[in-house]
Amino acid sequence: MSLLEIHEPGETPLPHAGEASLAVGIDLGTTNSVVAIAREGVPAALHDETGKALVPSIVAYPDAGGVLVGEEARLLMAREPRNAVASIKRLMGRGAADLHTVAGVLPYEIEPGSGQTDMVKLRIGGKARSPVEISAEILKSLRARAEAALDKPVERAVITVPAYFDDAARTATRDAARVAGLEVLRLVNEPTAAALAYGLDKGSEGLYAVYDLGGGTFDFSLLRLEKGVFQVLATGGDAALGGDDFDRAIAERMLAERKRDGLADQIDEAAVKTALTLARQMKEQLSDRDQTSGRLEIAGMPSFHALARAEFEAMIEASVARTLDIAANVLTDAGMSVSDVQGVVLVGGSTRLPLVRMEVAGMIGKPALTDIDPDEVVALGAALQAEALTGGGDTLLLDVTPLSLGLETMGGIVEKVVPRNTPIPVQLAQDFTTYQDGQTAMAIHVVQGEREMVADCRSLARFELSGIPPMTAGAARIRVSFAVDADGLLAVSAEERTTGVAQRIEVKPSYGLSHEDMADMLYDSLDNAETDMMQRLLAEARVEARRNLLALDAALAKDGALLTIEERAAVDEGRARVEAAIAGDDRDAINAAAEALEALSKPFAERRMDRGIREALAGLSVGDLESRVGE
Amino acid sequence: MDHFARLGLPAALELEPATLDRVYFAAQRQWHPDRFVARPPEERARASTEAAGLNDAYRILKDPLSRAFYLAELNGVELPGDGKTIDDPDLLMEALEAREALHEAATPEAVDALAALARQDVQQALNGLGTLFLRHDNAAIRKALLRLRYLDKFAEEARARRTNLQRVKA
Repeated sequence: MSLLEIHEPGETPLPHAGEASLAVGIDLGTTNSVVAIAREGVPAALHDETGKALVPSIVAYPDAGGVLVGEEARLLMAREPRNAVASIKRLMGRGAADLHTVAGVLPYEIEPGSGQTDMVKLRIGGKARSPVEISAEILKSLRARAEAALDKPVERAVITVPAYFDDAARTATRDAARVAGLEVLRLVNEPTAAALAYGLDKGSEGLYAVYDLGGGTFDFSLLRLEKGVFQVLATGGDAALGGDDFDRAIAERMLAERKRDGLADQIDEAAVKTALTLARQMKEQLSDRDQTSGRLEIAGMPSFHALARAEFEAMIEASVARTLDIAANVLTDAGMSVSDVQGVVLVGGSTRLPLVRMEVAGMIGKPALTDIDPDEVVALGAALQAEALTGGGDTLLLDVTPLSLGLETMGGIVEKVVPRNTPIPVQLAQDFTTYQDGQTAMAIHVVQGEREMVADCRSLARFELSGIPPMTAGAARIRVSFAVDADGLLAVSAEERTTGVAQRIEVKPSYGLSHEDMADMLYDSLDNAETDMMQRLLAEARVEARRNLLALDAALAKDGALLTIEERAAVDEGRARVEAAIAGDDRDAINAAAEALEALSKPFAERRMDRGIREALAGLSVGDLESRVGE
Repeated sequence: MDHFARLGLPAALELEPATLDRVYFAAQRQWHPDRFVARPPEERARASTEAAGLNDAYRILKDPLSRAFYLAELNGVELPGDGKTIDDPDLLMEALEAREALHEAATPEAVDALAALARQDVQQALNGLGTLFLRHDNAAIRKALLRLRYLDKFAEEARARRTNLQRVKA
């Protein structure tokens, strides 16, 4: 018989959802989803009647009516392909502008939203449906599975998202949960959840790495574990690298072999799908044996293909090497070296490949932790966090922002306000100023990414701060504040500090950053650090030169009479040379022309100053003088 | 409240990473929004602000360089804005020579050697800085910090140069 617990007076935990409704952990995956529950620190995945924990992330709307999710939807997909949808996660928070990145990958009829700013919809089962409502069907099904297994209502959940999910995708995930009748206690990053599952299980302390190689994405995170604290130090990844690429490599090889043997195939979508399915089976078999073979039949013509593990490993070696490069970069970001890492957690089905296990263990110098099923580990961690949040557990998760957040400044330069790997929640502010005399509005453009130029980063939102009182250029103090909450969601506000004109927006980016974009942006930034710096310097030189031209024009318009005709001609000529230099790409030429013009207009500036002082002092009262100074 | 006070630490340059972690984790245990999931919205908002303040303090104090700059600011040391001309002739000479050496370094290994030297210099400069803060010698602190800022930039340039050399090799 177990003993009853009695709390200290006044320390009774918050009304424990325990009896009325339970909180579960959900891994809403691209390929498969899992729901799990933790009780007294022990997590377990919830299985269906046949003992399976994995629910294929497929939703189908049969002609006969109703909605199917999971295995049943997969079966229907074969009979009614137009009524079923898989991999919906790739479209969460995506808009029309993202379509080019997924077109061809997903065989669906996609309808852009009504404007460029709306999330796309899919035409499935004769109706336009949003990724949010389709994802909600998966969540509803997971919720029903949990309620059946636990025999209690389930109304709250911790849901995991890729560390790299941007603001729009996170918001869409929250919305899907709401549609499914689930309150989201917290969105937790997948690698963090995986570490949570291992950490609590083993009571480990120290620095751990999470290597997550899924079907389509790769994530690498470094976490420090200490007495129940999970502190993410740095995270990075490549969202266009995963097991799907390995399948594709095998499939391409088989199709090439058929061609070599004189089979004139019509390579249509069906043929590719058949080849990919076989490739996947062969890949999985090679995890347990050294040699495999398969029979590929396209348009009634069979062919036989042998594949040795060594051959397969040669095909994927470059991809695996790339994941190790990324891991090394994340270590550098965190200021750590490999010898500091005490263990590495493997997550995702692709980490079952022996080559991956060997290479990762080789890099870290320690055998990988694999004793938790890599397909379930994320949901188990989410379940632990759900219990901690509702039952008052002692675990503390300290996560970071995956990508830098910043603002566009003059010349298309990005000023980073929140650097990547900043612990969240975070509130950071930066002051900006006006560029032109009398400027009364300021366009605020919020971007996400690692590059120096706006054009290379992802646009998240634009808004305008208006009502700035007219002042000289550079006099206004516009404070722009960024707040990222514990779920990784961003809010931006702006305020003119000298007068208190305030404007606040919640950034609801209309469409999300694709995984591919994220990875590309991050790695481009490493590859292009030097070019970026040159571009930034060039852009800065142009901005500075233009600013000076504007000031000069204003001065000439007001006090042009102070110059002789010859002086004026010289200044105009110098001005034209600066304009010409700005049009070119040579930073030194711009600076040289600007300096020359400054020298030419120096006497003019001095005369203006003298006159200004004389005027200011000529017969003015002290009050007049003050109002003048304030102008 | 300054970042040291927020974490209950004395405003000094010397700070053991383990000490900082300990006080930061303890404070986050109290204020992290995860502790306030079931509380009313005002309390949740307050927790979010507090936790953000703690993260800001932790970020600034964790890195010895940013801690030094922050402490100097608290002590009223005025530094020229970033990217302004170096006004210390000795430092200017050092910077010119180092840049030339970096430019001539033709292999990643040669760049690494220069970067290692710069790291040593950073460490030495930081070691000397503690005493300067104790003496409140603001002029010397200013000089040392400007040199540190330059050394930090140099390390960044060395990284870029190394990436570039490796890419050329590949």
